[in-house]
Amino acid sequence: MQVSRKAEGLAIPRVRPLHYHAFVAATYVAMWLILGAFLLPFLWMVSTSLKTLSEVGQYPPRWVPNPAQWNNYAQVFQDLPFSRFIANSLEISLLVVAGSVVSSSVVAFGFARTRFPGRDVWFIIMLSTLMLPFAVTLIPQYVIVYRLQLLNTYVPLVVPSLFASPFFVFLLRQFMLTIPRDLDEAAQIDGCGWWQIYRWIVLPLCKPALAAVAIFAFVGSWNEFLSPLVYLNQTSLFTVALGVQLFSGQYSSFYNLMMAAALVALVPVVVVFLMAQRYFVEGVVLTGLKM
Amino acid sequence: MRGNVASMRRREAIAGYLFIAPWLIGFVCWTAGPMLVSLGLSFTDWNLLSPAHWIGASNYVGVVTSHVTLQSLWDTAYYTFTSVPLGLCVALGAAILLNQPLRGTALYRLIVYLPVVTSGVATAILWAWLFAPQLGMIDFLLQQVGLPAIPWLTSTTWSKPAFVLMSIWGVGGPAIIFLAGLKGIPRELIEAALVDGASVWARFTNVVIPQLGPVILLNVITGIIGASQVFTQAFIVTQGGPADSTLFYVLNLYNNAFVYFKMGYASALAWVLLVFVMLLTLLVLYLSRERVYYAGL
Repeated sequence: MQVSRKAEGLAIPRVRPLHYHAFVAATYVAMWLILGAFLLPFLWMVSTSLKTLSEVGQYPPRWVPNPAQWNNYAQVFQDLPFSRFIANSLEISLLVVAGSVVSSSVVAFGFARTRFPGRDVWFIIMLSTLMLPFAVTLIPQYVIVYRLQLLNTYVPLVVPSLFASPFFVFLLRQFMLTIPRDLDEAAQIDGCGWWQIYRWIVLPLCKPALAAVAIFAFVGSWNEFLSPLVYLNQTSLFTVALGVQLFSGQYSSFYNLMMAAALVALVPVVVVFLMAQRYFVEGVVLTGLKM
Repeated sequence: MRGNVASMRRREAIAGYLFIAPWLIGFVCWTAGPMLVSLGLSFTDWNLLSPAHWIGASNYVGVVTSHVTLQSLWDTAYYTFTSVPLGLCVALGAAILLNQPLRGTALYRLIVYLPVVTSGVATAILWAWLFAPQLGMIDFLLQQVGLPAIPWLTSTTWSKPAFVLMSIWGVGGPAIIFLAGLKGIPRELIEAALVDGASVWARFTNVVIPQLGPVILLNVITGIIGASQVFTQAFIVTQGGPADSTLFYVLNLYNNAFVYFKMGYASALAWVLLVFVMLLTLLVLYLSRERVYYAGL
């Protein structure tokens, strides 16, 4: 029993004999192995991006490039207008963030705080659309965009965010349900309308969940590949993801430059993730568990 | 007074519908409407340029008789039914590790989740490099431990396992959900099992797994839906090759729609995918109905 107690790692025994420490050590080793598998590909990516082509072909491979070829990054920006791509991606992503936060919080408020006939049915319909393969709507959506002559514009990439994504609505609704209803009623007695309750009572209390939505929307939009691929074909309009794909097509054997280009696309998301990691985990937990 | 209540109810209902209007409009114009259009298109030979002709169920006959499409179905089934179970096992293992009271778990959690945040073109290119013949890091490591190098992306046998491996790198999403599930297991249950002298394995199978039931179900369903639509990695890394061995379903659909402009046929493909995913989801729900225990639901 003593052994199994330790193996759980949950209940810490008062006496800690040798095999307890052995168990903790084994857990650390397992953890480091898993972390190595998750982290090393990134480090290898950075390492490769700073090598000359002959260093890339070196066998056995070396981890630390000497000297570091920072020039590779300059060349990536020289060969394709990556600063343009970054500006394009930023423009799209920030608009999507704004659209998602506003529309999803409005819709979530409707589902969480107001009562109307058919509400629960609509909510279930909305949740079931989460399971729709995007391929089912991809073609007709393309046809609509094509007919409206909106190919090679950002409209098909940005406007759908105004329609409130079911995932974000679900996340925000779950959060709003935890806010006491008495607040709404008190505000109503004070003469507040529904919009004022949404704007001045519920919304300010939802900041952590709104942050989660904003970050998910940013990362999702930044990484999005299929929609820009389908809707954009002018290079000057390309997002970073499309730019990296174009670049890797042109430099398919220059792994050092490809890795540099890929890192250019990665760095903004990683920075956002590291700055806002708390909200990420909270957001995943909120949607994943309280179903 | 009664009339007052009724009018308040009515005003609340109107407000409610106004609040959900953004989604409702989007649902009608950008989801449900397009789906109906897609269903209609799937019975035509439309190619975007010339007018569409009604051709009955020919596209659907084409789906089940086309060699390429059947290959893509097999590729996708292989990928889904290996990457989802394997990925969930790794995710659960990682979650259990992250649930241990060790130093630095916040940092570990971050690292495990990082590949999820960076998924897309950039990481696909990274994996193309890791799997590269001769110079690839993975083959180098295999040789270091005395195993033969594997022709990952150039062999029809190994190309699909390569993508499964790639997908396992991205299990941070389900792992975080498992982790939250583990944290939600009441301490009393574990302690009661301890008092009864249950072994580690007994506690895992009789307490942890049943308690995680709904979370496992959620991860299985979202995993299947995600895996059956794998696209970007294959588009970037192999373009479906070698010999269509990584021509996953959505890649085949994309090719038909946006390379050959067979919009009718591609729409039929989309509907077949929808039906497959729905049937699989229902099957999973059916199989789990007596095994998943919902505490307090």
